[in-house]
Amino acid sequence: MIQIQDLQKRFGKNEVLKGIDLEIPAGGIYAVLGPNGSGKTTLIKSVLGLVIPDKGSISLSGERIRNRWRYREALNYLPQIANFPGNIRVRELIGMIKDLRQKRSEEAALIELFRLQPFLDKKLSNLSGGTKQKVNLVLTFMFDSPLLILDEPTSGLDPASLLSLKKLIRKERENGKTLLVTTHILQFVEEIADQVIYLLEGKIYYQGTLSGLLEKTGQTDLEHAIAAITSEKQDA
Amino acid sequence: MLKILKYSFYDLMRSRWSYVYFLFYLLLGLVLLFLNQDLSKAVITLMNIIIILVPLIATIFGVMYFYNSREFTELLLAQPLKRSSIFLGQFFGVAGSLTLSLVLGLGLPFIMYGLVKSDVILNFSLLILTGAFLTFIFTGLAFNIALSNENRIKGFGYAVLLWLFMAVIYDGLFLLSLIVFEEYPLDSFSLAATVLNPIDLSRILILLKLDISALLGYTGAVFKKFLGTQLGFLISGGVLLLWTLLPIWRLTAKARKKDF
Repeated sequence: MIQIQDLQKRFGKNEVLKGIDLEIPAGGIYAVLGPNGSGKTTLIKSVLGLVIPDKGSISLSGERIRNRWRYREALNYLPQIANFPGNIRVRELIGMIKDLRQKRSEEAALIELFRLQPFLDKKLSNLSGGTKQKVNLVLTFMFDSPLLILDEPTSGLDPASLLSLKKLIRKERENGKTLLVTTHILQFVEEIADQVIYLLEGKIYYQGTLSGLLEKTGQTDLEHAIAAITSEKQDA
Repeated sequence: MLKILKYSFYDLMRSRWSYVYFLFYLLLGLVLLFLNQDLSKAVITLMNIIIILVPLIATIFGVMYFYNSREFTELLLAQPLKRSSIFLGQFFGVAGSLTLSLVLGLGLPFIMYGLVKSDVILNFSLLILTGAFLTFIFTGLAFNIALSNENRIKGFGYAVLLWLFMAVIYDGLFLLSLIVFEEYPLDSFSLAATVLNPIDLSRILILLKLDISALLGYTGAVFKKFLGTQLGFLISGGVLLLWTLLPIWRLTAKARKKDF
């Protein structure tokens, strides 16, 4: 699904990605983990074409993405902070994205799922953070694409919506989709992820199953495993 | 690109600012006609205002819109859209709606006053056309500044400085150089210096068409000789077009390489 070779990116003096090689096969849920500033968002944004890498190549389904844009038709992206234009209504925003993508969409069921009906005619600037995130989720999940990239999908969600989100993610996996998820909520990772990709200081520290990570670090749960990696790095 | 243009345009048409500008120009047109009681005199006064004000409004509005629509831009960038169409769409949306405010706001009162049947219609059209050019040029420059400056305060500062330079400081330096080098023949220098600044070029172009270049004295005669001819007119038009296209070109080139 996604092939990344020797991906490098620096912002000014800050070297964020230091040569990432990554292969993500189609199907399944991949959690991208790592401490703050380890390059998770930059990695995801490179795949999306929002960040232009300095070196290396990214291919999606065998096609290199550099200077292309049509490949984005086959992916849905959930941005980290739901930054929407404030002066338009939820209904208009959904309509606009549908118009721009010209793709079959199933927003009605999602609006129902996240109980967004009362907010449809409200302006986005008047919504709370959690509600904005729900709108964000509707926009991401309403199209049927083989690849979904979710940047911190759980932020601001109440427990009921969190349950709906997990259900939604599992359903997408059953349909054979590939999901790339970044999060700091480890419990969420333990529940849904098939594989973890652990980024540390711009490099891939580990890619594999969750149990493999526990084995590698000699810990019994994910929280301690990650703490162990971080402190090990600091001691070195 | 057309869809982005549609949404930007629609977005702007709903915002208060478009109406403010429209009403401002409407009021300006009405007041000028009322005070001058004469179409051709009103056109001359209008020129002086347009030459200074249109670039200022386009600059400020361009920068403001670019920064304010950052969220919208980020949302669009993750969609299957070409980068250049996103930015071009927004640019034409802003420049188009500003031009519409200008054309309607000034056009309506003048038409009501009997512009169509008068002999200044050509001059008036040239004025509006120049105004449209200036709107596109300065919106383009403003977009370039905003794209290159992540920091809004800096971006605003540079944009205002650019306007100040083009509208005021440039002329000052120009005059100063004329005085310092008065011993030398300066015809071609002053001609070149005028052509290089879109505001000056527009002013001279309109002045010449209004046939009041005699007011400019000897320099006026030189300008008339160059710009008054068919060739001069074409060259000036070409330079204005170049001034419009260059910022657009840089905008797309820069946008292609930028990280978001």
